[in-house]
Formats: sequence, structure tokens, C-alpha cells
Amino acid sequence: MSLRLLENPVDRLARTIEALLVIAPTALSVEELAAATEDDSERVETALGLLASRYREGRSGIVLEHVAGGYAFRAAREASEACARLVERPVRGLSQAALETLAIVAYLGPVSRPEIAKIRGVAADSAVAGLLERGLIAEAGRDKEGGAVRYQATPLFERVFGLTGLSELPRLDDLAEGAEGLRERLEEVAGRRA
Amino acid sequence: MSAVAELPLDLDAFEGPFDLLLTLVLKEELELADVAIVEIVLAFLESHHEDLEVNGEFLVLVAALLELKARALFPAEDEVPFDDLDPDDAAGELAERLAQYRRFRAAAGWLEERLEGEADRYFRLGPAPLAPIPERPLAPQEPQALAGALRALALEPPAPSLRHITLTFPPVALFLERFRAVLRKRGRFVFDKEVDALTRVEQAVAFLALLELRKADEIAIGQTAPFEEITVWRAA
Repeated sequence: MSLRLLENPVDRLARTIEALLVIAPTALSVEELAAATEDDSERVETALGLLASRYREGRSGIVLEHVAGGYAFRAAREASEACARLVERPVRGLSQAALETLAIVAYLGPVSRPEIAKIRGVAADSAVAGLLERGLIAEAGRDKEGGAVRYQATPLFERVFGLTGLSELPRLDDLAEGAEGLRERLEEVAGRRA
Repeated sequence: MSAVAELPLDLDAFEGPFDLLLTLVLKEELELADVAIVEIVLAFLESHHEDLEVNGEFLVLVAALLELKARALFPAEDEVPFDDLDPDDAAGELAERLAQYRRFRAAAGWLEERLEGEADRYFRLGPAPLAPIPERPLAPQEPQALAGALRALALEPPAPSLRHITLTFPPVALFLERFRAVLRKRGRFVFDKEVDALTRVEQAVAFLALLELRKADEIAIGQTAPFEEITVWRAA
């Protein structure tokens, strides 16, 4: 009996996907994988499941992760110290201004510089320029009224922050109190002092 | 409570911490017009806060107050959002703006923590992949169309017309002779009258001739005032 007959039919597809993920510098979506393998999405997902069990923390130095709207290989966390000695982390040490600007673009994008400045109360020019240079945000057309360039978060942003997509960002209301809360808090302080 | 909220103020219209002032303004128990914002700024400067965070928060709050005050001073007639803003709406707008900023500051904090938590995730980064170059088949071509295009290229183009740039200058010598003759006959003449009937170009050349004669000390030139008549006479 030849070895071929024992092989799971999805194995061959899984090996092809493995190859595609190795050569891709960005996360690949199920649709992209299906198009490149000329196979259907359901079988691609089955194959990805197979690969995920093979490439996981503790079992392999390479880990398959669902990130930035697709699938990508990364290093296992246990190898991170060795990785750090070899390469620089893609993003580190973002300033408070950069983080706030990034948050606004990630949540509200596409959003223009004046809109960012209005929320933050200060000009956002240098923060936007820095984020563009790091590839965390990118231009996304122009404002219909004023014609200002608008920005949105990139797949690299999702990958760096380990998000499957922007929808994975926590709800803003869960993060901080709203206008009513702020008012109530101020009124409470006033009441205490009165 | 942050350092900004507790900033002690001693103003003409108000005495107490900054957050209380804000609250009173929000509740319209204090007229913003009576509050000298420069005094708030001075009080903050005197408190010598060096923390960027505190400085930023203060700037945002004071900017919001300034905007509110400015809009109250100039009855709104421009923008839509503030058009018929009564003080209650203005207070709401201020609170909403502050709350929105706080939400994004919290989101920024979340991102910072997340980035720290993902510090041990390493992955390969590269330029965007090149997709295979798509084949672009040409539409069926007609040999006749190609021949027609080549024929059009092979034709000698018509010589460009230079008519519009021809400008003939009479020689300066012509006017030199003419002016010398006039001076021999009359001793003096008025330049403007002498060239009155000439074209613009001829007048320019005539003037050059005049300068030549003056340079050679053959003539003297006089004018009572700028743009007045130029009188020419034989040099003594």
C-alpha cells in the first residue's frame, strides 16, 4: 500500500497553504488563500485548522495566528528573547501624542487631521507624520467637503497590536465615562464642596 | 483628583479650586464673561507643574473655556453646531468634548498596554508582495490604422508663421541725422512734438538717439517736471 493512500486529502492543501504563508510578508485572508490554491474557502479553513494544531505555542517555534483579517506565521513567544537579540521590534516606544492619535484613527478612521486636532485640542501634524512613517496608519482618500486627506489604521497596525481586526478594539464606552458621567462627577465634586 | 482639578484659584469673580469653577460654569451659576481666563493661566504658571500630562490637561480645559467664552462674547451667526447655542447646550458641548477626549485618552492607554503585552510577538515584516503581472492582451489591431498613423507622421509639417514676432527697428543713425538737422535749423526743439507722429517703436529709437547725442555732448536736455515735455537745445 503506498503512502499516498494513507494521506488525509486536506494534507496536500495544508502543505500548499504552509508554503504560501512562508513567502507572504503580510497576513493572508481565507479568500486570498482560496484564490492562490484554486480551492474552496471551506477546505482552506479546514486545512488552516490542521496547520493551527501543528503550529502552536509549545509544540513549534513557528506559530500560526489569526491576525489582521487573515492568517500569518510568527515566532513562538518562548523564542522572543532570542528574536530580540536578532531583530528590532517593529514598533516600540510610541509617545502619548502618537498613541492618542493612533487611537482616534483606529476608532474613527477614515478621519482627517483637523478632526483629530479637534478631539485632542492640539495640532496632530507631527504625530500623524510619525505614524505614517511607521506604517501604522495610511492615507484613505480625501474629505468630501474640505478636501483634507483622511487616514485609517493599516493591517500592520492590527498585526503589531495582535488584533484580528478593528472590531476587536474594546468599546470606547467601556474604557471611559461619557459626557454624562463627567458632568455628574463634576457636579458631585461641586456638591461635596458646597 | 488631578493636579489641574485641584489648582487653587483666587480671581475677582471666584475663589476656589479649578474643578469647582468648571462646575459652576457648567451649571451657569457663574458668568464666564466675569472670569478673567488670563488669571487662571497665571495661577497655573505659578504652580510650576512640569508634568507634560498635567500641562496637556490644563491646556485642553483652558482652550475649551476660551472657546466657550469667545462664543458667548460674539453671538453665534456662523457655524451650525453653535448657531443657537444656549448656555445649557454650550455646557453640554464642553462636557461632551472633554468626555470624548477622555475616551480616546483611555483608548490610547489600552493600546499602550496591548503593545506592551504583545512585546514578545515577533513576526517577519516585508514590503507588500508583488502580485504576478497580469497579461494584458491587445485588442485586435488593423494594419490600415497603423499605416494611417505612420502616414500622418511622415508628412512635412507646415512652416511655423513668424509674422507675429517681426518687429522692425529704424536705425538710430536716422534720428541722429534728423535731430542734428533740426538743431542746425532751429537751435532747439521739443522732443515730444518732434516724435508725435511716429510709432511707438520709432519713438523708442528716437529717444535712444537723443541719449546718444547727449552722451556726445552735442545737446543739452531740459524738463520742468517728470512726464513734462522734454526740451532739447544745442550744447553751448
